[in-house]
Amino acid sequence: MEHIRTPKVENVRLVDRISSKKAALGTLYLTATHVIFVETAPDTRKETWILHSQIATIEKQATTATGCPLLIRCKNFQLLQLIIPQERDCHDVYISLIRLARPVKYEELYCFSFNPKLDREEREQGWMLVNLSEEYKRMGLPNDYWQLSDVNREYRVCDSYPTELYVPKSATAHIIVGSSKFRSRRRFPALSYYCKDNHASICRSSQPLSGFSARCLEDEQMLQAIRKANPGSDFLYVVDTRPKLNAMANRAAGKGYENEDNYSNIKFQFIGIENIHVMRNSLQKMLEVYLAVCELKSPSMSDFLWGLENSGWLRHIKAIMDAGIFIAKAVSEEGASVLVHCSDGWDRTAQVCSVASLLLEPHYRTLKGFMVLIEKDWISFGHKFTHRYGNLDGDPREISPVIDQFLECVWQLMEQFPCAFEFNERFLIHIQHHIYSCQFGNFLCNSQKERQELKIQERTYSLWAHLWKNRVDYLNPLFRADHSQTRGVLHLPTAPCNFMYKFWNGMYNRFEKGLQPRQSVTDYLVAVKEETQQLEEELEALEERLEKIQKVQLNRTKVRSKQSEPSKHSGFSTSDNSSANTPQDYSGNVKSFPSRSPSQGDEDSALILTQDNLKSSDPDLSANSDQESGVEDLSCRSPSGGECVPSEDSGKDRDSDEAVFLTA
Amino acid sequence: MEFAELIKTPRVDNVVLHRPFYPPVEGTLCLTGHHLILSSRQDNTEELWLLHSNIDAIDKRFVGPLGTIIIKCKDFRIIQLDIPGMEECLNIASSIEISEWRLSYVNKEFAVCPSYPPAVIVPKAVDDEALRKVATFRHGGRFPVLSYYHKKNGMVIMRSGQPLTGTNGRRCKEDEKLINATLRAGKRGYIIDTRPLNVAQQARAKGGGFEQEAHYPQWRRIHKSIERYHILQESLIKLVESCNDQTQNMDRWLSKLEASNWLTHIKEILTTACLAAQCLDREGASILVHGTEGTDSTLQVTSLAQIILEPRSRTIRGFEALIEREWLQAGHPFQQRCAQSAYCNSKQKWEAPVFLLFLDCVWQILRQFPCSFEFNENFLIMLFEHAYASQFGTFLGNNESERCKLKLQQKTMSLWSWVNRPSELSKFTNPLFEANNLVIWPSVAPQSLQLWEGIFLRWNRSSKYLDEAYEEMVNIIEYNKELQAKVNLLRRQLAELETEDGVQESP
Repeated sequence: MEHIRTPKVENVRLVDRISSKKAALGTLYLTATHVIFVETAPDTRKETWILHSQIATIEKQATTATGCPLLIRCKNFQLLQLIIPQERDCHDVYISLIRLARPVKYEELYCFSFNPKLDREEREQGWMLVNLSEEYKRMGLPNDYWQLSDVNREYRVCDSYPTELYVPKSATAHIIVGSSKFRSRRRFPALSYYCKDNHASICRSSQPLSGFSARCLEDEQMLQAIRKANPGSDFLYVVDTRPKLNAMANRAAGKGYENEDNYSNIKFQFIGIENIHVMRNSLQKMLEVYLAVCELKSPSMSDFLWGLENSGWLRHIKAIMDAGIFIAKAVSEEGASVLVHCSDGWDRTAQVCSVASLLLEPHYRTLKGFMVLIEKDWISFGHKFTHRYGNLDGDPREISPVIDQFLECVWQLMEQFPCAFEFNERFLIHIQHHIYSCQFGNFLCNSQKERQELKIQERTYSLWAHLWKNRVDYLNPLFRADHSQTRGVLHLPTAPCNFMYKFWNGMYNRFEKGLQPRQSVTDYLVAVKEETQQLEEELEALEERLEKIQKVQLNRTKVRSKQSEPSKHSGFSTSDNSSANTPQDYSGNVKSFPSRSPSQGDEDSALILTQDNLKSSDPDLSANSDQESGVEDLSCRSPSGGECVPSEDSGKDRDSDEAVFLTA
Repeated sequence: MEFAELIKTPRVDNVVLHRPFYPPVEGTLCLTGHHLILSSRQDNTEELWLLHSNIDAIDKRFVGPLGTIIIKCKDFRIIQLDIPGMEECLNIASSIEISEWRLSYVNKEFAVCPSYPPAVIVPKAVDDEALRKVATFRHGGRFPVLSYYHKKNGMVIMRSGQPLTGTNGRRCKEDEKLINATLRAGKRGYIIDTRPLNVAQQARAKGGGFEQEAHYPQWRRIHKSIERYHILQESLIKLVESCNDQTQNMDRWLSKLEASNWLTHIKEILTTACLAAQCLDREGASILVHGTEGTDSTLQVTSLAQIILEPRSRTIRGFEALIEREWLQAGHPFQQRCAQSAYCNSKQKWEAPVFLLFLDCVWQILRQFPCSFEFNENFLIMLFEHAYASQFGTFLGNNESERCKLKLQQKTMSLWSWVNRPSELSKFTNPLFEANNLVIWPSVAPQSLQLWEGIFLRWNRSSKYLDEAYEEMVNIIEYNKELQAKVNLLRRQLAELETEDGVQESP
């Protein structure tokens, strides 16, 4: 709290940049964890909450007649402009936020003060929800070829690796340690994914310290051990995910890549994914396009497409996907094992391994499985969350949207395979939000070791438990466990179909509701499925009642011949759709348009249309006195999760659709 | 046209009549060719018979779904009708409102305007003689006619060809009178010229032009820039070419998409249509739309504005009627525009994917409002196919006059008669459709507009997984409907049994 110079400023205006400079008047509060803007308008009192950890940059703009503008860019792609009447207040807020947005030690982060009012046991259970030991068991390990190694206990060999690692049975501690000495940051080859159907595996490591000619016998033995752990193939792919030029440049620094002549039976392959600096700049360029488009009154299509192309963003997404596809094909079609690395093996390697696993393994395309995948390939293998996502004040050159790109790859796949994923787009967006929010402990620190030292599990809560608790919000209504798309490997076309990759409005413009489709098919289908579930229950109850009455009547007048046939309807199972039995976050949509004046009502109401129509979709239902049909109260469900759910609605102008066309 | 033809809702139940000194009467309201009748259908209650010609003025009010019409009669009587249902109320009101419009057969023999149908709707205050004069002042004889009547506020969209002012600023009093006749007292209107100002100015050299403010003081002119002819055709050719080019890397794809300008055209057309709809619905102003001929960009704008404003045009029948009215009857030269498509190299002047751009714009709106259309993407694709090549007569010829000369009605089948068969309709019906009686405002920001893959990538990528998703969606909804039917059936059975039961128990 000592960093807050002024906790409250009145008569601040929050500018909506999409609708021609309209502003809401309100009061700005600074707390230890949030910036809060409360609108003065008495009918709404709308609140906009911004976590300090979400703030990417704060910019003081030139003072105008109306006040001092402060531009806040958030890591979840929200953009706010506050106009503060007094220069002095503006400066105080600016200085306070600069400090608050860049905490210097972990203890300042929100997760250490966030308290969702769970007891200790619940918190501990939350941390146990995702369990990697079980995941390796699910893969079929240990087995004849792979074993759990204790070589890294107490992080003795590699401090950025987890302690529990699977390695080939034939790889002795001597080989592992020898190999680790020949690899950047001692990140030796370890198992990421094992395909029990054909014994092929995906292993990961950092680059070898080969320089121009160095060799390491143990490292060569290590690769051979991996190859031999797959009896179905006589060679091993080694995939270097860097552009060849970058890898060659590394040789001058005593690092580099594997020489095919020194390793027996390997097939070496470069797949050019650019480094974190290129990616950071690319994102910045892409966001400039998205945001410029929002700020200009009448942005042109050409500006947008040119800007998008010049950013190179989709080209990078495609490069990551291509690498994932290559590896998935090697494993599933050639039955070959693959060793993946980049430089340190914690950015591109994590991206590529997880994309490949997602393509190969249906389990990772479920809600729980996806959490496991992130836990395995990102958290446990030492992806540097704190550095990459700027959670603490540090070197800005370390920041890069590495996991954002992975999440986008998943979204691109969801667009191609709409039935294959158990979760929906909202799930990815909320994970992205919480990677930056620091509200949960999962993504803190740069390695398992650091997290253990900080006692994260004892002091913070797990995001996975929170997401799991609210899982009905994240379900894809089109997912069916027995659907052909759900099973097996996802096969993408081999031809370079570049048009497959689209820009992800739902993520990068998620705070601009006016730019999104106004009716959500997902929410609609979830509501239908929910109603279906209720109908199934009602049907069962009705059948029971019918049977009872008929029995009574039968007893009373045994000669009656008139019998309805309840058996005709009794073949229904009521458990099929149990996954969709809780209502959706409709009120979130309604809330974003709090004051609908009659003249502006029509386009807004399109959003809540689905509920209204569901109500009236069956006149028999509503005409009946029986209120159990259950659709009546869809609109009054509260948004789940309270403040844990990132509020896309915040800062949204009420009638952004208005008058944008009239520019003449 | 007989008055009876204007009656959209001939009968409404549960209408309440309020008259001074009488208790309210609830009954059924009927509209006939001459009378408005309210009957309680009971012997001893007086019925109300009101001659349409006795109506002097009417007011409409809405409180929730309940509409009220106040009728002020020429004999000074004032009565009030409470009508449940907004739709019904508006229909009744618009039927009895003293129409400012009439049906004109001035073009019966296609003599006044070869590209207009024989019957057009024009302001009542303008006679056929004046229409003939106006026709000589408008490109192609296309004098301003009614395109759309916005029931909510009585505002209209008119369309026409450009005025033939030429370099010396020719004017036509009848033309001014005609379009002013569409304005309510003290109201202003907007003229949307689909050409940029400089193009409109250049048109004067060729005898065309635009409405001078001095002569049309009640109108504000807005210039937009929707492209025409070969520019659109080239855009299509480039787009299809880049969709078929599988060799480029990601960057090249985006730059080719950009270079084709296709989405730029989409954005411009949609923006203009939104502007038109906005003038009508938000500004409460009537509009006149034209470009040069009034057969291309004009129709894109007037028909898309109706998609935005008019819920009926988002149903299958309503959309068919829209195509019939705003494209076929309105004289879009399908034969010329759709003679060749994207692969033909011979450069002819008249080809242009004007209709395809319209369909693409509809698809963009459909994508943003996936539950508000009764038809699905396949319906739009089917129309695209038939506009370019068809075994039906519907899209043949360039206008009604040509279709009459060709005796297409006698010699060919209508596309609609085939499409409207239940087996065909089921392919085109959107399972997500829930009637939406509201105005739908699409976003025209670049990131809200997408390439229409269903058309342009149709033969370049497998749609297997997307088709499966569609199927799954249909299954989810069908199963829900099935259950609803079953539950309703059981409830009825149960209710019957329980009454029987009650009857048995009571003695």
